[in-house]
Amino acid sequence: MTPESQIVWLLAVPLLPLVAWALQVSFGRFLPRQGDWLPTGAMGLSAVIAVWMFIGVLSGHDAGTGTLVSAELANPLTWKFFFSDPALTEGLAGFQAGILYDPLAAALLAMVAVVSFLVHLFSVGYMQGDSRYNIFFANLPLFTFAMLAMLLSDNLLFFFIFWEVMGLCSYLLIGHLSQDKEKPRTEAAWASFKAFMTTRIGDVCLFIGMMMVYDKFGTLSFHGLYAAVADYTANGTHWEGWLTAAGIMMFLGAVGKSAQFPLHVWLPDAMEGPTPVSAMIHAATMVAAGVYLTGRLFLLFSPEAQLVVACIGAFTAIFAATIGITQFDIKKVLAYSTISQLGYMICAIGVGGVAAGLFHVITHAIFKACLFLGSGSVIYGCHHEQDMRKMGGLRKKMPITYLTMLASTLAISGVPFFAGFYSKDAILAKALEKSMVTGDWYWAAPFWLLLAAAAITAFYMFRLIFMTFHGKPRDHGSEHAHESPWTMTVPLIVLGTLAIFGGKFWLTDPMHAISGGDEPWFFQIVDDPTHAEFATIDLHDGHTEAAHDSHELAGHDDHDIAHTAHVRAMFMSIAAAGSGILLACLFYLWGILSAASIANRLGGFYRLVLDKYRFDELYNATVIRGTTVLSGFLCWVDENVIDAFVLNLAKLHRGGASLSGVFDKYVVDGMVTWVGETTVAAGQTLRRLQTGRIQQYVYFTLAGALALAAVSLLGIF
Amino acid sequence: MPLSAYLVVSVALFVIGLAMVAARRNLIYVLMGLELILNAANLNFVAFNRENPGDLDGQIAAIFVIILAAAEAAIALAIVLNLNSRIQSIRPDDADTMKD
Repeated sequence: MTPESQIVWLLAVPLLPLVAWALQVSFGRFLPRQGDWLPTGAMGLSAVIAVWMFIGVLSGHDAGTGTLVSAELANPLTWKFFFSDPALTEGLAGFQAGILYDPLAAALLAMVAVVSFLVHLFSVGYMQGDSRYNIFFANLPLFTFAMLAMLLSDNLLFFFIFWEVMGLCSYLLIGHLSQDKEKPRTEAAWASFKAFMTTRIGDVCLFIGMMMVYDKFGTLSFHGLYAAVADYTANGTHWEGWLTAAGIMMFLGAVGKSAQFPLHVWLPDAMEGPTPVSAMIHAATMVAAGVYLTGRLFLLFSPEAQLVVACIGAFTAIFAATIGITQFDIKKVLAYSTISQLGYMICAIGVGGVAAGLFHVITHAIFKACLFLGSGSVIYGCHHEQDMRKMGGLRKKMPITYLTMLASTLAISGVPFFAGFYSKDAILAKALEKSMVTGDWYWAAPFWLLLAAAAITAFYMFRLIFMTFHGKPRDHGSEHAHESPWTMTVPLIVLGTLAIFGGKFWLTDPMHAISGGDEPWFFQIVDDPTHAEFATIDLHDGHTEAAHDSHELAGHDDHDIAHTAHVRAMFMSIAAAGSGILLACLFYLWGILSAASIANRLGGFYRLVLDKYRFDELYNATVIRGTTVLSGFLCWVDENVIDAFVLNLAKLHRGGASLSGVFDKYVVDGMVTWVGETTVAAGQTLRRLQTGRIQQYVYFTLAGALALAAVSLLGIF
Repeated sequence: MPLSAYLVVSVALFVIGLAMVAARRNLIYVLMGLELILNAANLNFVAFNRENPGDLDGQIAAIFVIILAAAEAAIALAIVLNLNSRIQSIRPDDADTMKD
């Protein structure tokens, strides 16, 4: 395949859902079945292309030609377009936009397309009977389009644009039920509003960070930035403060989008959206975008910024996991589990394991999509009941859902040989390695936090499984539960199977494509984004050249430490997962320990965790209340200062105008009237002379002539 | 004869004409007064021309005046006839419809 045709195929991946959206939003209502087959079909096609391209990347990587694409537009978009005077454009950099398709983008593109297709398929069953079915099937592909296009962006500006489109789509989809024709949900409207505003805080920070790096480096393309930072740090190992600040600012964008502490509050509320939307947000799109951004920008992070990233990630991981224990809503448990797992990924990137973090994005997307779709299936089966206390004993009634969810739970808990084990293990190994290499206490903290979070994750996930599927039905809804239709079970089976087998694949060398190096291929090609070989295409003249990168893998001095860390981390993570599962069995399967009594003993602390550490209340009391007070004050200023000024100015003007009116009336008009009246008076006087008697006129003429004659004869003048 | 003799006659003619125009209560007499005034002027033209025997300017002007007087008399008499048929009077004081 030539690089040119490859670009066409690559563009088809995001454009198919876009076209589907355009058609669905205009004609969806008139199509048979309200057009649900159109976006689903387009997504299926898009997923096939993305996977096929990904296989091409795997099999063709060693050839070094044509498989990885970094293309730029032939006629770059440039600010110069807006100026006609060449003198003004001096010093303005042209802006290049293009496609970046490296192994990282390739892997995520395939994952997003596949998961998104399965979510579409699932929605066909789940959303049946929704009053805005066609609109739902218009927003879903747009959401996917934004994510796919974002993955292919080669610069931060386009990345940001699609990032924002995704924010809009999340708003529309989370708030989907708020516009329901029969019973609109105000909670959904508030949740979508909250999600939009909270992520907006991060977006603004990201934009500020972008402007900071653009100001210094004059480019926003990822590879341009890598090169600029490499140059910058080559002159001396000192990282200046502004670069740390820019890195943290851009990371805050990811904090908002990936729901990291302290901007995590929107994600649990986003559960107001229909379950497929939750699956989409938590697996394929939205939250994965933040992790992807952090991974893409890793080379821009100074050591201080990396520490911030690692600490926020690790803290979020343990913090959200503890909330997860206390929740009873099946979707809320999964939501906090997502926040916790995202903390894992972010932390992994912070400690330098970009590949480990993104590996976990992919495995997590698979099993979390499975868990969400499974919970959707449970909710659907139990007639829209979400409280786990009212479920139980569904194992027999929904066997497919049970088995697939169990597989995913084993995967998320990190049980050996399931998908999540490999990625979680890689993250823990990276964290331990970092703490062993640096020897600093603050680098050790992330590892222990992550390990504790791993144990808690295993505990609350099995709590969910045991409460939902084991024991006896606790409500008539779960007594009459039934298995879901095939459109819902097929995605579950596919994802469940991937959750079992989808992990090892990334660590092996599937097509013996990448030789050399003793790290798994995914880690080799992803860990150093500048390492990959690109076929750079100049679309201007169709010229193709393979740009060989001179980067070599970092020295292997720390190799022994890495190996030790890996072995230790593996045993520790197995131990953590095992203890978590054992505890869950003690509490919820065998009933030896009682959760209620422990909750009673903890008292206040338990209620604090149950209320999600009261972050919503805290933000309400500080940020939201502060904003309200501030806006109240500004309103007062507006009414009493600005309006008063304007009103007084108006009064002043009116006074001046009436003065001027008096002048006009009595002086200007007076003069005009005087002239008129005088003329009339003069006319009245003089008309008496005009008698109409011709001979009288002759007398007057004669008198005048005589007077003139007298004057001239007497010589008066 | 000296020029003053002609001028005396001319002045006499002019004054008589002016008196007729100003004082007569019949438009016909007023017109006749006008003729006298014009002829007084003619007499002046001719008399002064006599002082300059080289050219004929005064005499030609006199002939023009005579022609004009004829035209004026024709139009004026027509006006008088019309006035008579409209107000059954040829007194100038009666033609006062434009007053007020």
